[in-house]
Amino acid sequence: MAILEVKHIQKSFGGTDVLKDISFSLEKGQVLSIIGSSGSGKTTLLRCLNFLETAQSGQIFVNGKELFNGEAHRRTSEEEIRKNRLHFGLVFQSFHLFPQYTVLENVMLAPKLLKKAPAAQLEQTARKLIDQVGLTSRIGNYPCQLSGGQQQRVAIARALAMEPDILCFDEPTSALDPELTGEVLRVIRGLKSAERTIIIVTHEMEFAKSVSDRVIFMADGVIEEEGTPQQVFGNPQSPKTRQFLSSSLEKF
Amino acid sequence: METFFQQFPIVFQSLNIGFLQTLRLFGVTLLGAVPLGLIIMFGSTSGFKPLSVLTNLFVWVIRGTPLMIQLLIIYYFPGLVLKVALWPKGESGRFAASAFAFIVNYACYFSEIYRGGIQSIPAGQWEAGQVLGMTKGQIFCKVILLQVIKRILPPMGNEVITLVKDTALARIIALQEIIWAGTAFLKGSQGISGQVWPLFFTAIYYLIFSGVLTVALSWLEKKMDYFKG
Repeated sequence: MAILEVKHIQKSFGGTDVLKDISFSLEKGQVLSIIGSSGSGKTTLLRCLNFLETAQSGQIFVNGKELFNGEAHRRTSEEEIRKNRLHFGLVFQSFHLFPQYTVLENVMLAPKLLKKAPAAQLEQTARKLIDQVGLTSRIGNYPCQLSGGQQQRVAIARALAMEPDILCFDEPTSALDPELTGEVLRVIRGLKSAERTIIIVTHEMEFAKSVSDRVIFMADGVIEEEGTPQQVFGNPQSPKTRQFLSSSLEKF
Repeated sequence: METFFQQFPIVFQSLNIGFLQTLRLFGVTLLGAVPLGLIIMFGSTSGFKPLSVLTNLFVWVIRGTPLMIQLLIIYYFPGLVLKVALWPKGESGRFAASAFAFIVNYACYFSEIYRGGIQSIPAGQWEAGQVLGMTKGQIFCKVILLQVIKRILPPMGNEVITLVKDTALARIIALQEIIWAGTAFLKGSQGISGQVWPLFFTAIYYLIFSGVLTVALSWLEKKMDYFKG
């Protein structure tokens, strides 16, 4: 059974349709990359999944359970939305670490506030995650003392600490200097496992090609093309996809 | 010159007593206005239109009229016009009325500083807390608040320094603060009259007190230097 099912999601901002009838599903352990030019609705789609935006209509199922229904949404309490969010994690383009907390505190804050486990156990988990993203030596540092790449790795550890079913990345390397993207992409690649389901919105085509099990190409609020990386990158059917790929893979 | 040295201890003691009242008004105003400002801010930013309109109207009136007039109205209006003895007789009544006027006045200014501070925190901080499953209250208390405090410290410091000197306005309803104590020696008090230097001398008190506060505020700002945001 699919871990995530998205059906007929529609979203508009002030009369402009940003997402038009988006449907897709994802199996557990898969990595899905969403590519497309700016303004195609990729980020809005991720934000709808994380309930930071509310779609006007459509449904979202996780493990067969309906988490969102555009028709019934008005009646959903804030507390329920908050609980539904826990199925998803989100790593932002510009990190959004909590500046007044150290690396360790950033990773531990939410699990501690939500009493996920005894504090000692939470700290152990947090230290393990920080080690996994390679930042044990910076564990006591504040975000302002870290490079962009390091901050993004902390943000990844922070998202993992809540053990989401599906981890989303919103252009995780777009705010980074080119020499720092590698360390973040390596960490994301290392997260791939049978247990972890990942959705990445990215402009890193080579990365999307090599890490993904499935690729969605979005254009003007619709899924223009969908398939394995071999299909989408190797043999694109839609002219829009072909045009996008040729311009984004262009070498200068 | 001899008389100056004879007068000085008498004047000094009198000014000290007046300054104590000044300090009391200063302290009570801060204690009251800091939390009241938060309540006013919640009112003025409320999604409930009637409440936010009324609160903003109130803030406009308070910020748009002189504190001196507010002191006079608050102290005299109930007794003279409504014939209600709202304030107790004597110094305690004058202090209560002054404290009331100062707290309300300063709370309105504080509320605007708070509002600016909270709105200056990037939405990403709220969103980061939300996607981690934190409640709105947790995000505000554990993530937003300290960042707001750091940001509003300089404008709040400004207001606090202004408050030190604004307390002198309570003289208009004869609160026995330091300016009142100084002018007493013009008209005549404790055998000293026609002397203007005690009034001029009060400036030293204000200067020293605001100096102490400036040092304390910059210490507080340094304490917050460990993070950027």
